[in-house]
Amino acid sequence: MKPTLTLGPVLFNWPAERWRDFYARIADEAPVDAVVVGEIVCSKRAPFLAPVMDEVIARLAAAGKEVWLASPILVGSDRERAAMRDLLACDVLPVEANDMGALALLEGRRHAVGPFINSYNEATLAWLAGRGAVAVSLPAELPAASVAVMAKTGAALGLSMEVQVFGRAPLAISARCYHARAHALHKDGCQFVCANDPDGMPVSTVDGQPFLSVNGTQTMSHGYLALAAEIDRLRAMGIRRFRLSPQDLDMVAVATAFRAVLDGERSGQDAMAELRGMTAVPLENGFFHNMAGAAYADAPAA
Amino acid sequence: MGSFELICPAGNPAALRAAVDAGADAVYLGFRDETNARNFPGLNFSRPELAEAIAYAHARSVQVFVAINTYPQAGNLAPWQRAVDDAARLKADAVILADLGLLDYAAKHHPDLRLHLSVQASAANAEAIRLYRDAFGVRRVVLPRVLTVPEIARLNAEVDVETEVFVFGGLCPMAEGRCSLSSYATGLSPNKQGVCSPASHVRYEPRGEALASRLGGFTINVFGAGEPAGYPTLCKGRFVPGGGTSSDPAYLFEEPTSLNALALLPELKAAKVCALKIEGRQRGKAYIAAVVGAYRRALDAFERGLPVPALDLEAMVEGGAQTTGAYTRAWR
Repeated sequence: MKPTLTLGPVLFNWPAERWRDFYARIADEAPVDAVVVGEIVCSKRAPFLAPVMDEVIARLAAAGKEVWLASPILVGSDRERAAMRDLLACDVLPVEANDMGALALLEGRRHAVGPFINSYNEATLAWLAGRGAVAVSLPAELPAASVAVMAKTGAALGLSMEVQVFGRAPLAISARCYHARAHALHKDGCQFVCANDPDGMPVSTVDGQPFLSVNGTQTMSHGYLALAAEIDRLRAMGIRRFRLSPQDLDMVAVATAFRAVLDGERSGQDAMAELRGMTAVPLENGFFHNMAGAAYADAPAA
Repeated sequence: MGSFELICPAGNPAALRAAVDAGADAVYLGFRDETNARNFPGLNFSRPELAEAIAYAHARSVQVFVAINTYPQAGNLAPWQRAVDDAARLKADAVILADLGLLDYAAKHHPDLRLHLSVQASAANAEAIRLYRDAFGVRRVVLPRVLTVPEIARLNAEVDVETEVFVFGGLCPMAEGRCSLSSYATGLSPNKQGVCSPASHVRYEPRGEALASRLGGFTINVFGAGEPAGYPTLCKGRFVPGGGTSSDPAYLFEEPTSLNALALLPELKAAKVCALKIEGRQRGKAYIAAVVGAYRRALDAFERGLPVPALDLEAMVEGGAQTTGAYTRAWR
């Protein structure tokens, strides 16, 4: 089966025009098969994208991309619940659920389970499949041994199993906005300062060592998770979908590199070298190799 | 609506007896392995210890809840399923679960076992809570520390499931069960191994007059001469927002502080919260006795309509600081 290259939702606060132009280029130039769209980190940002959302979806669909709507990660406040309900009211596109509330409302509809729903084992996969999920995107912190079991079980259950292979690892979500807090602002009066950091706000240790990246209420890794050199191993396990999480760099080039690896036209190591040339941000694969997520295993086992 | 239930932590048999004797309505605890979210060395209960604990508690009309609230490892479900089986066999009053597959297992194999949804499941809205109730018969949900009290009130008006909230102790600023910060720095995670910022990865490093605390490969804090050096819990360290270096690093995520929601008892009662939970399974029996006893006295006074006595727990709170956390909107 031909592997699917998925582009996950833009997690950062990009201006609507930039967001629209990004997807226009993805539609025209990026060799991705599926695109997941939506503001899933902060419900306060969603209104900015609303005016261009239909245009973006139409453009992607016209380019032959499979388009999914992603539901918000954390749904607690009234605003977050309203955003979730608005999203699910649209029954035209399939939804990727990132919160159990969304999953509850999707019963009877074709849906995917996003990486923010905790799918850690085969028993959970069986339950999700029983409720009608067609695809499951695994949490970033799963090690290879778990991914292998999940891929095998998922295949037997008819689930299309996905692993994130590029982009900052999502590490935490909070009710509190750390972008606002870092600027001595309150979440309610945040002035949307997260827009100043289109690739996340770097967070270093007191020693000046780059460590984390803050994206509003979300905390991410500083390094970019990059599993290009592990693609063959993931495919052998039975993983069929490979997710790229958009960062502030040439995502068409990133997608092209991963597509070439998936098509067997270039080696994963070669693609990693190209990725290293595109960014000063370190590449990481520790989670997959059962190490600290921030680590990089130099010679991944075949 | 009856009185609040006071739900208290026990990391070992001595702490359990202290909690029971100090007035707990229920004690929560875990087995001595990776099946629970407080998998610390020297902590938790063997099966015989659980049997004794349940006998001690039940003889005093106190309930015992067993937390089996990590996410079972793929390909190795047996330890988690066995934990549920043993909790049921030993007549625990409830199991506290987070994983969908394990909830499904418990509901199918032990239909009479009372299921509580762990805070680690991060169910923060009515839709999610209804799903856990309908799918597994979950009777109570421990709410994640992301909701304000008015949000909790609206939630309780919509769902017919009991809700339990944390009122005292350590405070996770992140949505529980959805945090991989520890895993990112150390390879060990709350969801997988039941540990956060594990002691095995902690190093203290003298730097002249100062003391640095490190977790894995990362410096989490530097304490000046005379400044008390706290444990390097990752989300309560000092960092430099914006990157680079700074002479004035910030507690970006949370200060070293403890949750104390005592002042919110009237609001929590009006919000129809059923149970109040004290955090701290890693704490010793003296701490447990002091905190549980103080909360017992406060709740008894509150339920009788009397003035609620101050807790006098300054020595018990982290960094000597207290917060009402996410319960009040200003925290955000």
